[in-house]
Amino acid sequence: MTESWPRRLLANLVLLVPPLVGLLCVLVGVAPTGISAIDAAGPALTLMLVYFWTIFQPTLLPPPAVFIIGLLQDTLSGAPIGLGTLILLGVQQFVAHERRVFTARTFTIAWLGFGMVAVLATAAGWVLGSVHAGMLLEVRPFVGQVLLSVTLYPLVSWLFGQIVRALKSLEAFR
Amino acid sequence: MQRFAFAALLMLSVGLIILGKLDSVLIERGRAVVVDLMAPVLDAVAQPIGSIKKGVATVDAWFNLYAENRALHEENERLRAWASTARRLAVENAAYRNLLHVRNEPRAHFVTTRIVAESGGPFARSVVVDSGAAAGVKAGQIGLSGSGVVGRVLAAGEHSARILLLTDLNSRVPVALEGVGARGVLEGDNSSLPRLSYLPGMVRVHPGDRVVTSGIGGMFPPGLPIGAVEAVTNGVVRVRPWVRFETLDFVKIVDYDAVPETVPDPQPPVGPPLPALNAPANGAQGAASGTTSAVPAAGAAPPPAPAPKPAPAGQ
Repeated sequence: MTESWPRRLLANLVLLVPPLVGLLCVLVGVAPTGISAIDAAGPALTLMLVYFWTIFQPTLLPPPAVFIIGLLQDTLSGAPIGLGTLILLGVQQFVAHERRVFTARTFTIAWLGFGMVAVLATAAGWVLGSVHAGMLLEVRPFVGQVLLSVTLYPLVSWLFGQIVRALKSLEAFR
Repeated sequence: MQRFAFAALLMLSVGLIILGKLDSVLIERGRAVVVDLMAPVLDAVAQPIGSIKKGVATVDAWFNLYAENRALHEENERLRAWASTARRLAVENAAYRNLLHVRNEPRAHFVTTRIVAESGGPFARSVVVDSGAAAGVKAGQIGLSGSGVVGRVLAAGEHSARILLLTDLNSRVPVALEGVGARGVLEGDNSSLPRLSYLPGMVRVHPGDRVVTSGIGGMFPPGLPIGAVEAVTNGVVRVRPWVRFETLDFVKIVDYDAVPETVPDPQPPVGPPLPALNAPANGAQGAASGTTSAVPAAGAAPPPAPAPKPAPAGQ
């Protein structure tokens, strides 16, 4: 037992940060902005979170955390429960598998990578949602969500980047 | 280990989707419990977002002041004409009700509640409000705004409830075209313009036709305003709801079920006998004033009294 208890506590608290950021993403995502009224949908913040952390700090966002975030999002948003969860888990597995491709040196490539993942995930969501509903779902909200997510990714990933930097500096401090 | 956890969670997700399909009541009840637990947090997050929304709306309003002012002036002119008509009709209606001894319509119980969350995603169109069973909100009650029907309560927790909007994929509302009386069903499909289906074949629908609830099936009472026909393309009728979901902050949840069936009064009505059915309105009024003629006489007496009063005051 070389470490003192405040250090161990700090180390464990760091583990909680990405899931808590995920929780915040869910809450902001379902906040009443009125975006569902027009033929659109809010940005897929949780998708950005899973993509970002799987690339940069995969150990801090294990599959159970992704599962809980997805489940909470499905529950609060009124979506079929398990559907969003399934997609987020799929995205995590896909990005983790192709991590070398996504860990790009330039931001543009990371952004392009996110665009591709967002299109794939949304298409999967549309197919699964349509199968679940037994009819073809309205496409416009899905398209709107992809466009909004890709547009907002630079801003959101910058915010996530600040959190990762803060966590790393905490580790250095220890 | 990681791979095993992933596979297990994947199976669990699929299991939940299938369970939701098989036993939606159970899943909705579970959802209501979680939403209930999260309600204070949702409320806290909704506050700053609400302020931002309000700020944007204020800026937007500043830019549209001129156009809005003009539109309001026009609307005001129109409404003034309607107000005088409505006043005349209200007086007339009250007189008829009085003549016929109509028992007053039961008042529906309602709760006004704030929206604390919305679906946000592309799969559903619903909102969460911060009142639940504790405030008398139950599944099946109707959500209204000032301009029309918002939707119906899907599930209620203790302090929260989920309202399925008219535009949701699973929303089906029996409606009728006002005036024409043709009945149909308003089907949501997650787009902002729900579809009006199952209309009788010979009915001609035009953009601007008013759509109200028909009351068929008993879920919604008849005559609640829904919206107006927006467009008819290839036989598909699209309706624009009057409720502006994007600016909606509060929803009035009305309990039409709570009203008990009132038993008609078996006693004969007390008071002056009913005038003959075919008697002219003037005659009825004359009779009424005749029976109460003593009262105006008593009332007429006081006016002379104030006259001497100023004199003592002057002294």
